[in-house]
Amino acid sequence: MNQTVEQVNQVIQQRYKAGFYTDIESDRMRVGLDEEVVAMISAKKDEPTWLLEWRLKAFAQWQKMVGPDWAHLKLPAIDFQKIHYYAAPKQKNRPKSLDEVDPKLLETFDKLGVPLHERARLAGVAVDAVFDSVSVGTTFQKELKEAGVIFCSFSEAVQEHPDLVREYLGSVVPPSDNYFAALNSAVFSDGSFVYIPENTRCPMELSTYFRINARDTGQFERTLIIAEAGSEVSYLEGCTAPMRDENQLHAAVVELIARKKAKIKYSTVQNWYPGDENGKGGIYNFVTKRGDCREDDARISWTQVETGSAITWKYPSCILRGDRSAGEFYSVALTHNHQQADTGTKMIHLGKDTTSKIISKGISAGHSNNSYRGLVRIAKRAANARNYTQCDSLLIGKTCGAHTFPYIESANATAKVEHEATTSRIGEDQLFYCRSRGLGEEDAVAMIVDGFCKEVFKELPMEFAVEAKALLEISLEGAVG
Amino acid sequence: MLSIQNLKVAVNGKEILQGLDLNVGPGELHAIMGPNGSGKSTLGYALAGRDGYEITGGSVEFEGQDLAELEPEERAAAGLFLAFQYPVEIPGVNNAYFLRAALNAQRKARGEEPIDSMNFLKTVRESLKDLKMDEALLKRAVNEGFSGGEKKRNEIVQMAVLQPKLAILDETDSGLDIDALKLVAEGINRLRDDKRSFVVITHYQRLLDYLTPDRVHVLSEGRIVESGGQELSKRLESEGYAFLEESPS
Repeated sequence: MNQTVEQVNQVIQQRYKAGFYTDIESDRMRVGLDEEVVAMISAKKDEPTWLLEWRLKAFAQWQKMVGPDWAHLKLPAIDFQKIHYYAAPKQKNRPKSLDEVDPKLLETFDKLGVPLHERARLAGVAVDAVFDSVSVGTTFQKELKEAGVIFCSFSEAVQEHPDLVREYLGSVVPPSDNYFAALNSAVFSDGSFVYIPENTRCPMELSTYFRINARDTGQFERTLIIAEAGSEVSYLEGCTAPMRDENQLHAAVVELIARKKAKIKYSTVQNWYPGDENGKGGIYNFVTKRGDCREDDARISWTQVETGSAITWKYPSCILRGDRSAGEFYSVALTHNHQQADTGTKMIHLGKDTTSKIISKGISAGHSNNSYRGLVRIAKRAANARNYTQCDSLLIGKTCGAHTFPYIESANATAKVEHEATTSRIGEDQLFYCRSRGLGEEDAVAMIVDGFCKEVFKELPMEFAVEAKALLEISLEGAVG
Repeated sequence: MLSIQNLKVAVNGKEILQGLDLNVGPGELHAIMGPNGSGKSTLGYALAGRDGYEITGGSVEFEGQDLAELEPEERAAAGLFLAFQYPVEIPGVNNAYFLRAALNAQRKARGEEPIDSMNFLKTVRESLKDLKMDEALLKRAVNEGFSGGEKKRNEIVQMAVLQPKLAILDETDSGLDIDALKLVAEGINRLRDDKRSFVVITHYQRLLDYLTPDRVHVLSEGRIVESGGQELSKRLESEGYAFLEESPS
């Protein structure tokens, strides 16, 4: 009997490789949420008064708001008073360099394939590693500084670059934007900050790795990326969490600002713990991501591969304010077992000759539900705006669901908006064709799904495309047969 | 090579093959003809192991192995190949990648080393050239956007690369113009030797003109009702299947 349980556990472990827990002493704030907790978080970070006030205002707003009920999700009630809003690995002093970081933490990120120490760093990728509520270190800071690029934890930015933070924080996603954005604005604890000066091409890929470790803790991080005129940056984020029977909340806010002719490419490989095959446990992922093409000819591109989380509620969007500015959204969302995803994008065309492109690939297996929700809005003054949307759903098996909710609002007759949508089942004929050529069933499914996602994968930086592909294969194990 | 005895196969509960016998020796090419709905494609699918083609009676042995015991991919690794009447499209999956993955999966199952890229490309390029197909096709998705003729020729390319012991060709000639038909026939003849066997399912004599089968069988209502040499297919061509009703088997 025990042996069987162990075997099953081993299989599950294989499926979710990031499901381990790091036993490390944690400095955790008391459970629950009130003004005092908000003030305590702010005090922990030694924040200026304006930021504390900003948080408290957001908290007051949040208290008056209700959670969103329009998504195609079965949302369980979340008891916000049972969550710890701050947890950080205990350390005597804030480490001045990565050499001073607790080896247990370095080991954790090693195990996740994101080595931080000097010897094994990922070539050409600078990493900010966030563990529960704090950033534990950022690599290549010196090299980036030489190029004039600022890449550091959000807490550090508040201390070192307060004027930039104050100018841009909340300028794309105001605290009152939505329920989870307001919550995040009140209690956010860390995240990443990026500043690319004028006419600078960031010399390497920047990335943040988010890790939830502590029990009963929510993660509320903020990312702020500012690309000055004529600059260019590619940013990646990855995320994982231990396997637990209880659900954990993750509510992040990401703000991107692209000035004249600036280009921001933002890629996500989301692999939060999805829960077990009966739908027990997993992360609730409520994220607000928005990019502002604030000036002419700016360009923002979102690419996301969403395989994790019990619930995903996420709509990375672009505000196309500048003339000729362009927004792109490439998405692969995979749901299996009892996972639910309601994800898509918003393209808000305000400037003239603005263009947007949406490529969404939804894959549903098991008993999961996968929805695409997208808004294309063309404002009155957005002459000659163009949008192309392609939205494909792939079903594996007969107990899952795929849904598409496109919204198009056009106030300008010169706009061109195209929408194409398909839903297909992994064909028994495709599977048989592959198998008759010698491919095993799971390899065949992986190959068909990979082909289905190709248009999105080619947007990812090379090494992440490989990771994304491997992740889909693992996530789909047991989906057939 | 292939020994089928009293084979009964049901699809959706309906018995399509109703006691079929067929023996194919090493190096032999057998043609199977017969009217629409007689069970020709069912035979191909049942041999390749398609889900829903349930063997309800009789036996099929391939080189002494009971085929019913094997999954489709195991049958492929054992050396069985089915050229599809309607080859399937797999969007986004590169043709060369697909074929190499299939070949290596078979090699792995047989305990062989994977083929190296250079040798693989060389083999595929030769086969493409033989079938007068553009090399650019390797970079396109499997069968996606291929013309009907290209799809059929692509099946022959796959067969040439996978080098099966027994190939079942299900109406590979239908929908081909005369030039493509010749290329396909040449593709088959190139692979013929004293070990490799073929079962060619066809409606038309014209393919058999190029292939010279060892045996011709007529399938009707799920049974082989007539067997003979080349002359049988010629008689069918001129008289149709009407005479079958007069000659109880």
